[in-house]
Amino acid sequence: MKFITVSGPPSSGKTAVILQAIDALKARQFQIGVVKFDCLLTDDDILYAKRGVPVRKGLSGALCPDHYFVSNVEACMEWGLEQNLDILISESAGLCNRCSPHIKDVTAICVIDNLSGIGTPKKIGPMLKAADIVVVTKGDIVSQAEREVFASRVRQVNPKAVIMHVNGITGQGAFELSTLLADTEEINSLKGKSLRFSMPAALCSYCLGEIRIGEDYQMGNVRKIDLEKA
Amino acid sequence: MEEQQLFTTPLTRLLSVAPYLKDFFDSFGIDLADGDHTVQHLLDRLSQDQLEDMGLTIDQLRSSLCDYVAGMGALQQEIDTVERLTIRGGFNKSREAEDFELDLIPGQITCIVGPTGSGKSRLLADIEWVAQGDPPTGRHILINGQVPDAKWRFSTEHKLVAQLSQNMNFVMDLSVEEFIRMHAESRFVPDVDDKIARILAQANELAGETFAADTPITSLSGGQSRALMIADTAILSKSPIVLIDEIENAGIDRKKALALLVKEEKIVLMATHDPILALMGQRRLVIKNGGVAKIIDTGEAERANLEELEVLDRKLMALRHRIRQGETLEII
Repeated sequence: MKFITVSGPPSSGKTAVILQAIDALKARQFQIGVVKFDCLLTDDDILYAKRGVPVRKGLSGALCPDHYFVSNVEACMEWGLEQNLDILISESAGLCNRCSPHIKDVTAICVIDNLSGIGTPKKIGPMLKAADIVVVTKGDIVSQAEREVFASRVRQVNPKAVIMHVNGITGQGAFELSTLLADTEEINSLKGKSLRFSMPAALCSYCLGEIRIGEDYQMGNVRKIDLEKA
Repeated sequence: MEEQQLFTTPLTRLLSVAPYLKDFFDSFGIDLADGDHTVQHLLDRLSQDQLEDMGLTIDQLRSSLCDYVAGMGALQQEIDTVERLTIRGGFNKSREAEDFELDLIPGQITCIVGPTGSGKSRLLADIEWVAQGDPPTGRHILINGQVPDAKWRFSTEHKLVAQLSQNMNFVMDLSVEEFIRMHAESRFVPDVDDKIARILAQANELAGETFAADTPITSLSGGQSRALMIADTAILSKSPIVLIDEIENAGIDRKKALALLVKEEKIVLMATHDPILALMGQRRLVIKNGGVAKIIDTGEAERANLEELEVLDRKLMALRHRIRQGETLEII
């Protein structure tokens, strides 16, 4: 089975891109399955089910979605193997931009959109900087020049990645993306694998349910803003 | 640049030959301000916390830097000129052979016609992907008569096709001048000020109503935006092929716009059902059922009608103008 992790900022078009890629892959007779990770609620599983692909969803609720993802990814892989899939795709939202869902030796895609602003690529951490493929969406509604500038900003923070333009609505670029996915390595276990980079750290009193504000209630891994520096 | 040289040369000297390195360090929030260090020293100084915040290990940062420098080197290389793009037919949706081979030459305009969903976008996508029989259409694309280098497929620096469509808008908060400057700098184009002046002059030549260098791009009218996009693509974009999805018939001189792209030696592909634009092309590809069903060369008789169509068009435009001025149309 091939395993592909897809992540990206909220509303960047991850689901639309995956759906388009699924159509292109199904035309080539691949069996595909999806695990959708989200925070509070998602209906995207219905969209996948409508395409006739096996789908599972995981909601992290009050936990950090990234930590929830890594604690469950191995079980998802096993589910994919039981379903006899050729390709398993995991979709996870990057909510704090410091997410780090990519796994070493597992093909990693980051989806980012042209409308998010040219400052955005440098604001996103390992999710973008350590991805193998960066899919840029919503290129049909901005100018050619803006697309070129945006892609060059992505190139600055991740010079090694393949940068592709995919249109989640018309599917332009989805066939091309599917050829890259079809070429990825087979992988049958995540045993002994590790993340490409550590996840956002947190272990303070607020992680454990504290709600009161003030120095007296802050314990553990706490960092302070420097207001002296202009 | 040698890797050794990259890490051991003092920064001021390094930046004088490779100013783009500043952008790289900026995008990782690494401060270059104090002292004239080497890159090695700069990296050694980074604390574990800083790296953690950047979301990279020191090895990843090092290899990113090397890849970035290599990529910049490639960007500054002259790319091979596309003198001829060949489309070799594949199949339509019923697996019937398209049976054609067509050469497109810089300075030529080829129109693409056919109903929605007929496969126009796929044809254009095959060109952009420099298809080698691998897409469902089975088409092949050759550049200068040869199977092209794979770099055309994935390189953001060497994109084969630049696209312009009616749905495209400017979204950045920049003035016209700042916008062109940013585009030019991202492409490492020399003589930026000269480029800005040329693009602004050209865009104003195309647009019905003129605009100034300090106008915010988001407040340009539809026609002005299109004029700026076309002038910018013609003069700044390196892509040898320009793909146009209709040009609206308002606020822009379409004839001059196409003439500019032709003058800048672009291969122009235009999806249009506008009779005037269609007749400006050398030929029309008729797309049906996912395949090229027919190729029509614009004939003498058709071209003779172009003048009459333009007279009609001018007449309609004049009426439009009168409506805008608050006049009535009892007599036309």
